[in-house]
Amino acid sequence: MEAYISLFIKAVFIENLALSFFLGMCTFIAVSKKVSTAIGLGTAVMIVQTITVPANNFVYHSLLKEDALSWLGITGVDLSFLALLSCIGMIAALVQILEMILDKFFPALYHALGIFLPLITVNCAILAGSLFMIERDYNFGESVTYGIGSGFGWALAITVMAGTREKLKYSDIPKGLQGLGITFITAGLMSLGFMAFSGIQL
Amino acid sequence: MSAILTTETKKVLTSPLINDNPITLQVLGICSALAVTSQMSTSLIMAVALTSVTACSSAAISAIRNHIPGSIRIIVQMTIIASLVIVVDQILKAFAYDVSKQLSVFVGLIITNCIVMGRAEAYAMKNPPLESFFDGIGNGLGYSLILIIVAFFRELLGSGKLLGIEILKLTKDGGWYDPNGLMLLPPSAFFIIGLIIWAIRQYKPAQSEKPDFAILSIAHGEGGHH
Repeated sequence: MEAYISLFIKAVFIENLALSFFLGMCTFIAVSKKVSTAIGLGTAVMIVQTITVPANNFVYHSLLKEDALSWLGITGVDLSFLALLSCIGMIAALVQILEMILDKFFPALYHALGIFLPLITVNCAILAGSLFMIERDYNFGESVTYGIGSGFGWALAITVMAGTREKLKYSDIPKGLQGLGITFITAGLMSLGFMAFSGIQL
Repeated sequence: MSAILTTETKKVLTSPLINDNPITLQVLGICSALAVTSQMSTSLIMAVALTSVTACSSAAISAIRNHIPGSIRIIVQMTIIASLVIVVDQILKAFAYDVSKQLSVFVGLIITNCIVMGRAEAYAMKNPPLESFFDGIGNGLGYSLILIIVAFFRELLGSGKLLGIEILKLTKDGGWYDPNGLMLLPPSAFFIIGLIIWAIRQYKPAQSEKPDFAILSIAHGEGGHH
């Protein structure tokens, strides 16, 4: 249990997908103008990440990994080069299914998240979550924890960013730096803050 | 060559460098631009990988653009891009294993790099293969330019080297340069890109986005509205 808790903390703070690996930056910069939309997108990312990382883990370990097909009586086959294709296909399919389920059973949530869901397929944070899971060879339990943690960390980062940008409206910024420029500098300062966690060994 | 390089081709090849740069103006593909730039060598490899994937995927998608049904075009584009990325990934693993270990997941992340998708969607779906190919190369070069500028400063100031060759002699080896460790850490990439954007926009004010709000200048106004 302790191992799972420290993996969760590590995924949220020390290895924050947005601020220490720069993942999902396009949406991070584009959709962080208002706190309410940022929370919506953050929640969507968290839900999708929680579902896709374990799903990809299952597919990878039961179909693609070296000798993974031995339950079919096929040995010596290594399909791990297909991991990229299967991960992105899995994500696209799951996002589509999630969208339909939400539309059918949770219309309120669907209307709140609706516009963000299609965006998520091409959010690199989602794909990276699955690829990190493969690279670090997580087992199924760890992949569930990592999915929740990394999604939560990303949501946390974008919400904080949106809050900061709302306050930035009131500051007098040099002309060329307004907009995109100052957003990058702010993200840099936040990332500097998150660096404080980096020495922690769990 | 002159027959191929028409004015249109030249335009699609050069305009993404500064005027329409994918990173600083269109805000696409920033993730990897920040993550792989702590060394020149990794950024060069990444730049070549992305440029070739963008060019080939644009050409391939453009070649079949009239046969792709609109409703499933994203999946088709994804599949083509993912297959090309797998090829690049395997080539890197075979011929430059150390670099591919350093780049870790970022080669795979070319699939979700918005530049590739963005060019496929915005240009390749509407233009013939050859132009799309050059458009892909042009945008890849625009991306590479920013990547190399960022990596130049990060590697030079962070470890006193360029491409692994010592330029500034470090104090610990008896030289004079005390390396700035922050340059090797993630935040510096944000700062450098922010400053590049500032420089470009100062030079070309037309690139600034319209402000959502403006600061009221009280000195000139009558201040009678509150």
